[in-house]
Amino acid sequence: MGKNKLAIFGLSVLVFFTALAIFAPVIAPYDPTEIVAEDTMGPSTQHWFGTDDYGRDIFSRAVYGARISLTVGLVAVSISISIGVLLGALAGYFGGWTDSLIMRFVDVMLSFPSIFLILTIQAMLTPNIYNVMVVIGITSWMGVARLVRGEYLKIRELSYVEAARAIGCSNKRIIFRHILPNAQAPIIVAATLGMAGAILTESALSFLGMGVQPPMPSWGNMLMDAQAYMRDAPWMAVIPGLLILITVLSLYFIGEGLREKSDVRS
Amino acid sequence: MRTFVIRRLLQLIPLLLGVSLISFFVMHLAPGDPTALFTDPSIDPIELARIRANWGLDQPVIIQYFYWLGNVLRGNFGTSYLTGRPVLAEVIERLPATLLLMIPAYLITLLITIPLGVFSAIKKGSWFDNVVTVLTFIGMAMPSFWLGLMLMLLFSVQLGWLPTVGMRDVLAGNQGPVASFIDLIKHMILPLTTMTILSLAGLSRYQRAAMLEVMDQDYIRTARAKGLPERTVIFKHALRNALIPIVTIMGLSLPGLFGGAFIIETIFAWPGMGRLGVLAIFQRNYPLIMGIVVFSALLIMLGNLLADIGYALVDPRIRYGKK
Repeated sequence: MGKNKLAIFGLSVLVFFTALAIFAPVIAPYDPTEIVAEDTMGPSTQHWFGTDDYGRDIFSRAVYGARISLTVGLVAVSISISIGVLLGALAGYFGGWTDSLIMRFVDVMLSFPSIFLILTIQAMLTPNIYNVMVVIGITSWMGVARLVRGEYLKIRELSYVEAARAIGCSNKRIIFRHILPNAQAPIIVAATLGMAGAILTESALSFLGMGVQPPMPSWGNMLMDAQAYMRDAPWMAVIPGLLILITVLSLYFIGEGLREKSDVRS
Repeated sequence: MRTFVIRRLLQLIPLLLGVSLISFFVMHLAPGDPTALFTDPSIDPIELARIRANWGLDQPVIIQYFYWLGNVLRGNFGTSYLTGRPVLAEVIERLPATLLLMIPAYLITLLITIPLGVFSAIKKGSWFDNVVTVLTFIGMAMPSFWLGLMLMLLFSVQLGWLPTVGMRDVLAGNQGPVASFIDLIKHMILPLTTMTILSLAGLSRYQRAAMLEVMDQDYIRTARAKGLPERTVIFKHALRNALIPIVTIMGLSLPGLFGGAFIIETIFAWPGMGRLGVLAIFQRNYPLIMGIVVFSALLIMLGNLLADIGYALVDPRIRYGKK
């Protein structure tokens, strides 16, 4: 199947969801945290996605939830990419003991079952949206670090880097101005897939009650509420999950499209 | 090979130290006190101080860490705050339930993933490949707990075919071994399916990529040029080489399966190590959290090591230790 078509499909969906998130106050017909109708009403023309266990409008909550879930994903992935690029660049560029030290640290971090590490850190902090972003960010940079290190190992041997060194460029300048732009393609692919991962992790954390706290809606904590009403209000469980699925799928398609285009290998 | 294995086993020691050090400090540097969850708020302060001293919480964190480490080296992982029983006993008691899901999930995944990935690669661009590709992407994009909830919604709540949560029905245990076994299987189906679908998706993609890469090699062209039938080319020449990377992935997918177990056991109230771990975190049951972290990290590391050894065994191009 045309990877391009899938990527364009993914991009359109993502743009649409981003628009929903940005214009949530205009689009959402009701206040997402107010009780606006009877509880657990099925989908209807007034309430497209039905109402939840408190009688809040699920469509409005889903629209605001897009705001929370996309923001958490974006900020978390920015943190993990920053850490990963910095450590990977230092390890790959300098080599030697800097490299050994950083890569052993990566090995240690990769030896945790990641969700368990995230839960442990999160349980020790006050569970709120900012901590969720930071915790996901600081526990998911290892793959990026390995990837960036590999790129730097390769690029630092190229003659233009030697030329830069010969004309007296500082290490800092070579690392960030000369090598980084040439390593950006795989980093962008990793960031796209990383954002998908961050959204999934956020939903799992919120689902376990350790992420975004009610009454603020996130797709994950809407699912947590849904669990107790599987028999009476199955739409409460179906809709937020579908939204997560579609968002993550779109990011994967975009990532694959970019990978294909820039000829980056997995 | 022997030197390689010994060297790798020795390398596990600093890794495990790092893992335990990080988890210990993350837990202990956090504000708040685990005693709050296990004691009455109106407790006599002297009694509370005695409990804290008993748990070693009155010491500086670094002292506590070395105290813990000293005990672990003597095989003592401490006792659970909640039950007062040894941590090791609690973990080992829960392990069979976790393995009961993990091992079948692992085997079923391999059984399905290899043919699926190989056939998609051979028929690249066909409708079969497209369907598999889209399905694997959907599988990777689904939150594990949501897939579990959806299966539960369909098969337990709507159709009523399978039990929703737990591992055994209280009544079935009294109806003889056969009824009790059938009951166990019924409880296993949903968590097992959830786990399998999740690991299946990523692995099939990987197997497909591995097969595609091999099909592009010169020796495949040579085999075809010799006039070998396509079947021989695929099964004798390509497949054997395409299976090599899957050995690595088998080891590397262990952390994912473990991570999945934490969530899946929690939704299905499956009495395994994962659920124990999540509860321990909620209760700030420090010794139990440490025990589970060290135990799962060790299993993950051994999985990686086995993958590397397996890699050397199946691929004659790789020989560790002889340079």
